[in-house]
Amino acid sequence: MTAIYHPTVARLTFRALLGRKRALIMGVLPALLLVIAVAVRMLSGADDRAAVSVLGGFALAAVVPLVCVIAGTGSIAPEIDDGSVVYLLSKPVSRQTIITTKFIVAVAVTGMFTVVPVYVAGLILNGNSQYIAFAYTAATAAAVIAYSAIFLLLGVISRNAVVIGLIYALIWEALFGRLMPGVGNLSVQQWSLTLAERIASTGANVSSTVSLPAGVILLVLATVGGVWYAGRRLASFTFAGEH
Amino acid sequence: MPNDQAADPAITGGAPAGGATARGDARIHNIGYRGYDGPRLGRSHARRALVEQSVRGAFGIGRSAKSKILPLLLLAIMVFPAVIMVAVSLVTNTDELPLEYTRYAVMLQPVLGLYIALAAPQMVSLDLRYRTIPLYFSRPLERTDYVAAKLTALGVAIFLFTALPLLVLYIGALLAELDAGDQTVGFLQGIAGAVVFALLHAAIALLIASLTPRRGFGVAAVIAVLTVPFFAATSLQWILHDLGNEAAVGWVGLLSPGTLMDGIQGAYLGGATDFPPGADPSAGGMGVAYLLVTFGLAALCSFLLLRRYRKEGI
Repeated sequence: MTAIYHPTVARLTFRALLGRKRALIMGVLPALLLVIAVAVRMLSGADDRAAVSVLGGFALAAVVPLVCVIAGTGSIAPEIDDGSVVYLLSKPVSRQTIITTKFIVAVAVTGMFTVVPVYVAGLILNGNSQYIAFAYTAATAAAVIAYSAIFLLLGVISRNAVVIGLIYALIWEALFGRLMPGVGNLSVQQWSLTLAERIASTGANVSSTVSLPAGVILLVLATVGGVWYAGRRLASFTFAGEH
Repeated sequence: MPNDQAADPAITGGAPAGGATARGDARIHNIGYRGYDGPRLGRSHARRALVEQSVRGAFGIGRSAKSKILPLLLLAIMVFPAVIMVAVSLVTNTDELPLEYTRYAVMLQPVLGLYIALAAPQMVSLDLRYRTIPLYFSRPLERTDYVAAKLTALGVAIFLFTALPLLVLYIGALLAELDAGDQTVGFLQGIAGAVVFALLHAAIALLIASLTPRRGFGVAAVIAVLTVPFFAATSLQWILHDLGNEAAVGWVGLLSPGTLMDGIQGAYLGGATDFPPGADPSAGGMGVAYLLVTFGLAALCSFLLLRRYRKEGI
């Protein structure tokens, strides 16, 4: 049995994620969410429909996937890109451990940049009336875990991880999800919305296109499958690349 | 520049004076370097060549097979709905297309945004990363030429990307024998919208992309700048609509490139908008504000782009 967590790998990943301009763009998005929450609260007072619209239409639809793309792929793809991953892989650390560690770090970082701001924004918007703040915080937490696993996997298997991740988040989930309801079956956003639907009061009008058991099962499958396969791919990683 | 140095006849034999380690029989061979005495095509030709090469690069032409996949895939996604619409109007014998020309780009904005986010960093980030900028500027090409060429190239690429599906729609509409006058007017309005779209987005995207030599980061940054304000503005518009503040809905549309384009086509190009019902972007001088903000933003971004290259490559 290999270890789940390796402190040195974790420290290096934290520094890579929070050190550069990446932290800036990850910080701007939640800050914008809070600014909007404050503006809407001042314009409309505590309004449940406005809260659902901001948290569902902006936070969960745009901020969460974007932060996850940046942090999820950013926790491994740059190292593979510039070749410095060699020094990591040549150490006597199981590659599966490297992946789970990077996954935990990615979840921690995205959690800090999304779950906390979403909860605060929910409180600002309507003071958790009808449990809307709780509902979207739970949905964000679930989405963050699944997105991080998926985008980490993308970072391992493709050099265009950022682009593919963005295609998934923006074209598949946002564009096709709006036009074709069946797309919701394969959308992390809809899966995690099932949790929000369950937690929020029925009057809050939070709804998902998937049922709760299906949503939870698919979230778990995507997370476990993503992390496991990323580990597999990294274990058989070779350097016969283009360079 | 005269090129007289290399054109000299062979210099052979004789060790250089003071060459302490040189043996007596050291010599320099003539390996056939030649000066260039063909025509010099000058600054305007260099500019045109740079535009052409950049436009080709934006579609993956002249690059590896792998780099062709994404642009062509996105182009296919972009044209696909137009083909379907033409098929529908051929089969159902309607007297108009299911969607106005001007709304096409607005509807497919995520695809366009992604293409722009791919094309813009591809045009500038490699030059920054491999420090080839000084090589450009050691030619007759000026800094303004480089920036103008890249802006033009990205603008042309975005325009082609937006206009091709419109052309498909137009040809299809004519084949389906819809009213030719109406269709031509609608098509020209769509083209005008595409020009404004390309102008604004090229300036914004190129500015963002030029700030980082890392391509992946540039892609993410352009996407973020294009989509996040759009999502924010749209949710705000619906909230204001729910509150019954219809006037403010239109003004909020000024806050993102996507809603700007939607407002302009609603105010000037006779299209319906995706704004919440009741919002009219042409009411009370708002249309002028949309135009001013659009062109102001494009001009500001171009100016900042010029400033950004002022220090580059010295």
